[in-house]
Amino acid sequence: MSPVLDLRDVVAVVDNGFPVLAGLDLTVDASERLLVVGPNGAGKTSLLRTVAGLVPVVAGVATVLGHDLRTDRRRVRPHLGLLGHTTGLYDDLTPVENVAFGAAVAGIAPHGIDRALDRVALAARLRGRATGSLSVGQRRRVALASLLVRRPRIWLLDEPHAGFDARGRDLVDELVLDAAAAGATVVFASHDVDRSEAIASRIVHLAGGVIAVDESLEGSPGERG
Amino acid sequence: MIRAAAVVCRKDLRIEWRSRVTVTQVVPFVLTVVMLFAFALDGNSPVLGAAAPGLFWVTVLFAANLVSGRAAALDRADGLRDALALSGIAPAALIVGRSWSIFVQLSVIEVVLAAAMLLTYDVEVSGVGLVLTAIPLGTYAIATVGAAYGALASGGGGRDALLPLLTLPVLAPVLLAGTNAMRVAFGSAVGPGWRWVVMLGMLSGIYVGAAVAAAPAILEDS
Repeated sequence: MSPVLDLRDVVAVVDNGFPVLAGLDLTVDASERLLVVGPNGAGKTSLLRTVAGLVPVVAGVATVLGHDLRTDRRRVRPHLGLLGHTTGLYDDLTPVENVAFGAAVAGIAPHGIDRALDRVALAARLRGRATGSLSVGQRRRVALASLLVRRPRIWLLDEPHAGFDARGRDLVDELVLDAAAAGATVVFASHDVDRSEAIASRIVHLAGGVIAVDESLEGSPGERG
Repeated sequence: MIRAAAVVCRKDLRIEWRSRVTVTQVVPFVLTVVMLFAFALDGNSPVLGAAAPGLFWVTVLFAANLVSGRAAALDRADGLRDALALSGIAPAALIVGRSWSIFVQLSVIEVVLAAAMLLTYDVEVSGVGLVLTAIPLGTYAIATVGAAYGALASGGGGRDALLPLLTLPVLAPVLLAGTNAMRVAFGSAVGPGWRWVVMLGMLSGIYVGAAVAAAPAILEDS
């Protein structure tokens, strides 16, 4: 079976021409839970954005779900879900309207919206309020609900535990494990290594836009504690 | 694409309904412009009446820049550009849907503007059909250009101020055709007013075609 992500000697540049990925090699299979770690500026966020087709690849071979990122990056985007430092929500819409809008533009029937908001434990009294009036953690729950409704084949999560309380962080862990169990691939970057290692099946260390260390994490998340 | 464009339009209008920016900020601006023209022309009714068609479209262009800039700014906050890019929606649907919402907002503004001009400029309309055809066609052309260039100018880096510089030259033919059609309708000129309406229709078609064709490049590269 061909890998979900296949990046070989990939160079990706941002607007000013700086190579945020400088010859990166990475292959990821379906259902993997890949943790990306590294110091600030190592290229973690850039790796996620490159896979999402938001940062152009200028050299190397970059294939996501069989689509070439250099020539076909728009085709892969509907299959990806990205939760970054921002939430991608409209302040003046309610959480229900935001999730419904995300589903509607993706051509998805709006059946699972309440179920998704239940899953992320967003209180019913908050669902009719303007999203702009919610706390950071509540907004990120709404963004996660939007991902759940879209059911992406690849989850790209940048510091997914940031902004959450303890229960929210547990929720993120559950969603990552559930998504992978359902066949999705999860790639997530985090500085919270101890917590994230517990749910990852593999860890890569980035430095200077390349993979410095790539290691499998043996055993189930429960066994590793 | 039509269905996705309708979703975008509904979303934009819902946000506008809640924020009321058009009603509380753009409509007062338009009324102020009407009064300023009257002051500048010394309240001279014959002059105001003769200039009313041009003043109408110039005021609509000013308002369109405000509405278009505001609409484009909606998609700039909190990572929304990335979210929309990843949503799978066709770029053309985003621009077409946005043009529809701008069209609706401009239509509301034009009703108020026309009423204010009729009351203060002593204008008599003899060709109602001409006016009621020319205004929607011209407005849709303006809305389409506003939606496309609004997306282009909203990419950041202080490009917001470029919006009028980008739109006004492109919309000069609409100003010309719209003004001439309304001059005929107002009786301040004689001639084939419907030819100008046809030109407005052609301009709308050209702008829509160009915006749809350029949408992927606009939203990808801005």
